[in-house]
Amino acid sequence: MSGLSLEQSPTTGDDVITNYTINFGPQHPAAHGVLRMVMELDGEVIERVDPHVGLLHRGTEKLIEHKTYLQALPYFDRLDYCSPLGMEHSYVLAVEKLLNVEVPERAQYLRVLFAELTRICNHMLNLGSHVMDVGAMTPNLWMFEIREDCLNFFERASGARMHAAWFRPGGVHQDVPEKLLVDIGQWLDTRLPELFEDAMSLVVDNRIFKQRNVDIATVSKADAVKWGFSGPMIRGSGIAWDIRKAQPYDVYDRMEFDVPVGTRGDCYDRFMVRVEEVRQSARIMKQCLRDMPSGPVASTDRKVSPPKRAEMKASMEALIHHFKLYTEGFHVPAGEVYVATESPKGEFGVYLVSDGSNKPYRCKIRPTAFSHLQAMDFMCKGHMLPDVTAIIGAIDVVFGECDR
Amino acid sequence: MSLVLHSAPRFASSEGVIDAVCATLGDRLIAAREEHGEIVLTIDRPAIAEALQLLRDNHEYQQLMEIAGVDYPDRALRFEVVYMLLSLTHNHRVLVKVNAAEDTPVPTVTHLWPVAGWLEREVFDLYGVIFEGNSDLRRILTDYGFEGHPFRKDFPLTGYVELRYSEEDKRVVYEPVKLAQDLRSFDFMSPWEGADYVLPGDEKAVQTPPPPAAAPAVPKTTEKAADTGAGKETNKAAAKKVAKPAAPKVTKTKEPGAPKPTSSRPDRKPRKKSADAKPSTAPEGS
Repeated sequence: MSGLSLEQSPTTGDDVITNYTINFGPQHPAAHGVLRMVMELDGEVIERVDPHVGLLHRGTEKLIEHKTYLQALPYFDRLDYCSPLGMEHSYVLAVEKLLNVEVPERAQYLRVLFAELTRICNHMLNLGSHVMDVGAMTPNLWMFEIREDCLNFFERASGARMHAAWFRPGGVHQDVPEKLLVDIGQWLDTRLPELFEDAMSLVVDNRIFKQRNVDIATVSKADAVKWGFSGPMIRGSGIAWDIRKAQPYDVYDRMEFDVPVGTRGDCYDRFMVRVEEVRQSARIMKQCLRDMPSGPVASTDRKVSPPKRAEMKASMEALIHHFKLYTEGFHVPAGEVYVATESPKGEFGVYLVSDGSNKPYRCKIRPTAFSHLQAMDFMCKGHMLPDVTAIIGAIDVVFGECDR
Repeated sequence: MSLVLHSAPRFASSEGVIDAVCATLGDRLIAAREEHGEIVLTIDRPAIAEALQLLRDNHEYQQLMEIAGVDYPDRALRFEVVYMLLSLTHNHRVLVKVNAAEDTPVPTVTHLWPVAGWLEREVFDLYGVIFEGNSDLRRILTDYGFEGHPFRKDFPLTGYVELRYSEEDKRVVYEPVKLAQDLRSFDFMSPWEGADYVLPGDEKAVQTPPPPAAAPAVPKTTEKAADTGAGKETNKAAAKKVAKPAAPKVTKTKEPGAPKPTSSRPDRKPRKKSADAKPSTAPEGS
């Protein structure tokens, strides 16, 4: 078979092992969804990985072409279902950029506040499952406690725990109760740091956790740029690139926060970047709560955002506006924009082409995980099979968004 | 540049970028414009790889973030392929696009950015644009063995096949799409703002030709009997009756007559009036 006699073979007395191919997924608890990877292994060392994505492809972009701008919004919740408001943020900003509509200050603060809450919510799921993928059970349970709090806050703001559809072109759908802001403030001061730091103290200096993550899938700065990395993946490689800082949107330019970067570009760095981002998000949220002005929460341009219910009872014009907005929808001037925001997972972009009608002509969604997952092959090469779970965990992939 | 009211991401100023890019790209550039705060460069298709390389090396657009396909079925080169470039150092974005048809391959850029591999596969899968030089141009998002390119405008939203698990065959089977209800597509465009169809009722106005012009006026005269339009006199003999009238019918047996009216029963007490026995036609509350 191999042409070597037993004496010459390095594995004397054993059969010579040839490369073999295995399927990782599509149903695998560590694949974070429906990811199928065809792996070529040499023993336990990975030679080649071919990820097959698209098992959750729902044709979201095609569906959006058949909906009005407002009807298209809830599809964004369903892309990355771990951080729904982060997805909406890119879309509403893209629509607003085409419309060139002004958003009231309170709405901008509310958006930033809840975008950061979404970031915490997303990182809780990712950090927890990453830790669990490499063997630790307890921290995940603590993280889910925090995530549950976040979901409760979303529910109190929008009525939905996950698919909020709360950001709207022109502002947010409705104002939040004062008590909710007070509760979020208290939660940021007491419960979040307590639970989060407790859970992290179990992990960050843990010997086993470090053995599983340090120097796994090291990505250099040049590679991170070439492979289109963004978000914690590019910061983990040591490039201080954060769209919130570099290209501020809404009121991020008024916020004070630091951009954590990694030093080695391995899975541990990516993990630690996210850990620090949670603390920075809490910092941004506190500033939002401190500075938030009162006032309207949606644009007063009645051709874009609907009037208040009370106004409709008395004003015929308001009634007509409401009817037109919820049947025909607003028209967006012809043109094309590409708007990208810093979603919890990286650069989430929306390329919106309008032909001047009430439906998008084309809405291309730039998912974060698509580029990151493509780099699986070079990140996994030479690593052991169990490292794959750590690498996927550090990518933070959600297939609703990757496959669209 | 008009006043910016929106709060979308604000990257570095685009001032002078178009001029600088024009100078570098020369005749590879077909058109360049700035609209809605975005710089859009249209490049000659065969030169796209060189152009992107120049942008990357001379203008520091280090990252290729996305490649998007767009379908315009009315154009001769129906597809647009749009490359989103990002400069991390200049903090700036540009959109670079090329036009392509099904049978005009676009040069690949996988040698410049390895990330282009999957992005080109996606455009190929969804639109059918061929990328010349991409060694791994497989489908990526659609099913194994899928046929057609689903994001083209002429591909129906419902698709052509649906799959289900067949209990008889013990496997997943593909069948032509059967819709229990027609796909509803509501048209909320207001008809007086640029509808491209004939409004209901308007088709009559458009289709019936205008009435022909009136004939030259000749005064109408009735000098002869034929001019009146009346026919010939009817034959008077036709009015004569030939047959006798029918005789009355006589039967021998006595036929049963109409039934007697039902006799009233004066010994019976009148019905008591109850609340629910009121006539159904009585007005409410009577």
